[in-house]
Formats: sequence, structure tokens, C-alpha cells
Amino acid sequence: MNPHPDLTAGVIRGLGWLYLLLALANVYWSVRSFKKDGYYERLFGIDHVPKAFGWAAYASILLLFACAHLVFSSSADDFMIRLPEFFKSNVDILIANPISYFVISIVIFVAMVVWRNWWVEPTIAWILFNMSVLFLALSMTDYDFRQIVGKPDNVPIVAMLYLVGFFTWLYFYKCRDNDRRLANGLPPAEKELSETVLTWPDLVYSEMICMVLLTVVLILWGVALPAPLEEPASAVKTPNPSKAPWYFLGLQEMLVYFDPWMAGVVLPTVILGGLMAIPYIDFNKIGNGYYVYEKRKFAVLTFLFGFLPLWVAMIVLGTFIRGPNWNMFGLYEYWDVHKLEVLNNVNLSDMFWLDLMRQPLPRPDSTAAWYVQLVTILQREWLGLVLIVLYLVALPPIMALTVFRKFFARMGFLRFMVLANLILMMWSLPLKMALRWSLNLKYIVAIPEFFFNI
Amino acid sequence: MSSIIEYIRKSQIWRSVFRHPAPYDRRNRAVVVLTNFFLHLHPVSVKKGGIALSYTWCMGGVTFFLFLVEALTGVLLMFYYRPTLEWAFTDIRALRDVTTLGIMREIHRWGAHAMVITVWLHMYRVFLTGSYKPPREFNWVIGVILLVLTLLLSFTGYLLPWDQLAIWAITVGSNMARATPFLGHEGPGFQLLNIGGYDLITNASDARFLLLGARTVGEETLNRFYIMHCVAIPIVVSLLIAIHFWRVRKDGGISQPL
Ligand code: HEM
Repeated sequence: MNPHPDLTAGVIRGLGWLYLLLALANVYWSVRSFKKDGYYERLFGIDHVPKAFGWAAYASILLLFACAHLVFSSSADDFMIRLPEFFKSNVDILIANPISYFVISIVIFVAMVVWRNWWVEPTIAWILFNMSVLFLALSMTDYDFRQIVGKPDNVPIVAMLYLVGFFTWLYFYKCRDNDRRLANGLPPAEKELSETVLTWPDLVYSEMICMVLLTVVLILWGVALPAPLEEPASAVKTPNPSKAPWYFLGLQEMLVYFDPWMAGVVLPTVILGGLMAIPYIDFNKIGNGYYVYEKRKFAVLTFLFGFLPLWVAMIVLGTFIRGPNWNMFGLYEYWDVHKLEVLNNVNLSDMFWLDLMRQPLPRPDSTAAWYVQLVTILQREWLGLVLIVLYLVALPPIMALTVFRKFFARMGFLRFMVLANLILMMWSLPLKMALRWSLNLKYIVAIPEFFFNI
Repeated sequence: MSSIIEYIRKSQIWRSVFRHPAPYDRRNRAVVVLTNFFLHLHPVSVKKGGIALSYTWCMGGVTFFLFLVEALTGVLLMFYYRPTLEWAFTDIRALRDVTTLGIMREIHRWGAHAMVITVWLHMYRVFLTGSYKPPREFNWVIGVILLVLTLLLSFTGYLLPWDQLAIWAITVGSNMARATPFLGHEGPGFQLLNIGGYDLITNASDARFLLLGARTVGEETLNRFYIMHCVAIPIVVSLLIAIHFWRVRKDGGISQPL
């Protein structure tokens, strides 16, 4: 009897294909290593051993693994490696918690930038890649993980993570070289390819090859993975959780911290406006047409911060980790509809009036004229309103006089104000998150009478 | 064999289709790019660094290719799909269960996901190479609009299968619109738009209603999204892509160090 009824033959074979691909990739890597990496003087008492030996051994183990999965007939337990429970539960604890999730993504981001010249080393990057694939393959033996990561619509997200990772690697890899060149007064490496070639055949042929390959990929993908079709639409059966399409899950995640008018309308507008404004506020002439990091640190870091932890990581969170009732669930955790999370968030005005002043909130008289009510509301919310105004109006000049002095001098008033406000808008999300986590703050300004909550 | 090919190439029919001799020598390789409709998007010659795969990541080109794939498979799907409450779901299920070449739907769906990803990656590379800097500022702006339209294409298409996944994703997504400041019936400041005590903005006249054509996602929405998805947005995207490519060339080709 199969002791793991959830591990169907299809899943095991699928894993076999994954291991096979990884093994083949490592065969390639062994060859590359044989050509490039040289020899160990002495290893296990043998002289002159190619460094590629380790990779070859690893590749053969993977190959054995793949074969075992692909041609298995006995119990899966004979060859399956599964993740130990303590590993799973610890990963779940770390991931199913907004604070540690966000902190970890920031830590990874910082480490990525600080140690960029170390991890872009091809061998290191290859090891990291292998680790991530092994993590994925081993996790696939877990039922709950498979339920969520294996959903057909979620597969592209996994692909996206690898693509984003690869291109980020490529960027920093090229920057390592170019940063060094620019520091020594040399032109960037791209400059050396400035000879012109004819479009036919050089460009046209590579376009053709690209198209053929892509067509093959799409057809294979279509054959392997049926498009999802759930039950017919029903306006009365609300699924739990109800999720927007995956590319909007970053925005949906913001709903946890902001009201819809902010998370769904204002912030997306600011993101798009901010993207369009980039060419007009980036006054730095360096780095046009080649990859550099050092000489345009601020621009690159801002963009990477917005794209990686605030967009991609939020999509991952929204897709894989947000479950029923928008609670967070570990990767290996069952999506229990009854999981309880206590939320008692309070408004800033509550903190001010109830906790600090020890008196009830000013309450607008609902029979009075609207402007009379408004005065009471403003009195109730004055602290939050002042803070918001300070944040958006007083902070930019302070930035101009301190940290961003040089920027301000070169950008001029208007450009700088736009930049400062965009940056502040971008930081409003992590700030609100931090306030929520540390003070249980719900709204800084809470005027539900006018649907105006921040 | 080669003489047959020669014969065909010299025939009047062939020469009427292709206005140039075969691209065997340098001169004719330039001519072929200039005189062929599909190739004349390109300049005759390009900088080697500008077309290096490790430089452009080919992501703009891949996005364009995916757009073409989507157009092709989309038209094929339109032959099978009727955007009505009665048929939408059944037609899609038939694509899965009975229609020959129902795999068109898979390719269309995965192609759409892939296109969203490749647009992002294209933008990522354009940013990281600083290619938005002068003289290419405006092409970046066109690009951002293309990004929005790509997402909207994907979003409007998401509704069409009319299954649970579809209507609830669109419900969640479009619920935002009712919180639009001033223009949503739960948005800040909508009360200001009233005449003699009557609100102008209600759940039957606000931004969400405009999007859905109804108070909730229903038949009107399906129709509206169908037209947006199959006609309106693709036309605008095609136009903008044309301008985008035109600008790439007018701005001096793919960016390179000066
Ligand atoms: C439907 C979407 C899009 C298509 C089909 C498309 C296609 C292309 C193609 C084929 C190129 C030639 C160079 C290359 O392949 O990298 C290009 C260049 C460019 N794209 Fe796009 N693009 C799209 C969206 C975007 C977006 C979202 C942005 C940025 C926000 C953008 C900004 C640019 C810029 C500035 C260039 C010039 C880059 C250079 O000269 O190096 N495009 N686009």
C-alpha cells in the first residue's frame, strides 16, 4: 500500500522530470567546470583531481534520483526524501507572520546588494540556484505546499521568480565588471561591441530562433498544464479567500494596511505616475545604455526596492501565503477556514483621546449642519491630520536641506518636490506596516463619515 | 535541387512577391530589410552591442511576439466563444472537453501570463540600462501606458471563462473603483457632488458602475469586458506598439554607451 496516498504516481513522475532537468543542467555545469575551474592538487590521496569532479558526482546522484522517481514500482518510501517536520514547522512560523516575512525579505534584499560582488560569482550563483530548485523539489512532496504552488495559475509565478532572480543576477554580474571599469576611467564593456552588423542575418536570425523556441515552450506548457476552469460563476457562493488576478495581489496586500481608496486608487495612480516621471526626475547622465550600479546607486536602489520587496515579494505573499479570511498560512500549512487571528487595531484618535487625554472622543452631532460636524471631526482627528501634513509638506523641505542637499541643488525646486513626494508615498507602505505591527495602529486619520481613512 | 530553387526565384511570380534578389551578398542583405514590409521595422544595420542577448534580454521582442500569439489564438477562440451568461462557461468547457485544438485556450492563457511577466522584465532591463534617459524619455512614458494596457488586457480576459475564479477575481479587483475619491459611491468626498441634496454619485452611477455596466459583475459586465478585451484595448495597444517601435528607431536605435 502507498503510505502517502496524496503522492500520486503523477506527482512522483513530475518530480522525476524535475530532478532529471536539474541533473542535465549539472552535467552541463560539470563540463563547464572541467574547462574552467582547474584542478585540486591532491584530493583523497589522489593527485591532480579536476574540480569538476564534485559537480559530476552531484549530477550522477541527481540522475539516480531522477531514475528512481521515473521508473518507480515499489513503495515511494524507498527512495523519497521528504522534508523533516521540524524544518517545515519552523519555516511556517517564519513565513506565516507579516513581520518576519517582511523583515526577511528586506534582509535578503540588503544582503543581495551588500554582497553583490560575492554572489554573482557564477559558481556561487549556481549553488544558490541548485539550492532553490532542491528546496522546491523537496517541498513538492508536501501535500499543502503542492495544493498552492502547483495550482496551474500559480505556476507562472514560480517561473517569474526564477526569471527575476536570473536577470537580477545578470545585472549585478555585468555591473561588477563595469563598475570596476568606470572607476578606472575606462568605458563600459558594452562600448566594445559598438561595431555595426547587418540586420540580415545577425538580428533577423536570432529573432527567428527566439520565436521558434518560444512557440515550442508555449505548446509544451499548454500540453503539460491544463488551463484552470472552476465551477460555473455563482454570485452567491463567495470563495474564501477571494483573490484578484495574481499580478494585482501586491495591490490587494496593501488593502491590509490601507483603505481601498488609498490601496486601490491613490497608490496605484502614484505608482504609475511615478514610473512615468522617472525620466524627468533622474538628472544623472551616467549609465545611459549600459549596466552600472555604483554611479547611479540611488536610482537603482529605489527602483529595486520598489520592484523586489514591495512588488514581487508582495505578490508571492498574496498568492502563496494569504489564505481563508486573508489570514497568513505557512507554505506547508493546511488552509484552515477556522484559523483565528485576533485583530484589535485602534485608531490614532482613540489613542490620543482615550489613552492620553482620558476623555471620550469628540462626537459630531448628527443633526447639526455638515460644517459644524466637520469642525468636530477635525478636532477629533487633528493629531493624525497634522502628522500627515507634516509628512507630505514639511518633510520634503527638510529632506532638501539635509540628506538630499546635493540632489536639491542639482534638480531644482519642482523636480525635487516631485521626487520627494514620490519617495514619501513609496515609504508610506512600509511605514504604515511598521506602525500596524508595533502599535496596532489602524488609521492615522479616521473619518469614516466621509470615507476618508488613512 | 538548387537549380529548382533558382528557377522558382527567377520566376515572375516570386519576383512579384519579393522585390529583391536573394540576400546572398551585402548589398541585397540591406535591400531585403528595406523592401520587405515585415523586416522594415528594423534598421538596415545595427550595433552589435545593441542586439546582444545579454544586453536587451530580448524581452521587448518577446513581449511583442507574445502579443502576436495572443492576437492569433484570441481570434481563433472568438470563433468558439459566445459572451453571454448562457454560453460563456459552456463554450470554454467545450474547448477543454471536445473542441479539436482546444489547446488554443491553454496557449492563450499561459501566453497572457507570460506577457505580463515579460513586460515587467522588459521594463526592468530598460530601467537598469538607463535607457529611459534622454532622448528616450517619451518612449518610456509610452511604455508605461503599454504596461497598464497589458495588465488591463489580462484583467478583462480573466472574466471571460465565467467561472468562480473569473467573477470573484473581477469582483475583488473592481471593488476598488467604488472607493475612487469623488467618483466612487464609497470614496472620500463623493458627498460633495450633489445637487439639492441628491447625490450624483450612487452605486448606479459611480466609477465602478462605469467599469461593470451594472451594480455587480453580471451579463453587462461580461459584454463590456468582452469588447474591451477583444476590440478596444488590442487596437489601442497595436497603435501604441507601432509608435513605440517607431520611437525606438527615431531615438537612435536601441540604447548604447555614447
Ligand atoms: C506591450 C508592451 C511592450 C512591447 C511590445 C515593447 C517592445 C519593445 C521592443 C521590441 C523594444 C526594442 C528593444 C528591446 O527589445 O529591448 C523596446 C524598447 C524600449 N521599450 Fe518597450 N515594449 C513594451 C513595453 C514597455 C514598457 C512597459 C516600458 C517601460 C516602462 C518600455 C520602454 C521601452 C524603452 C524606453 C525602449 C528603448 C530602449 C532602448 O533603446 O534600449 N516598453 N520596446
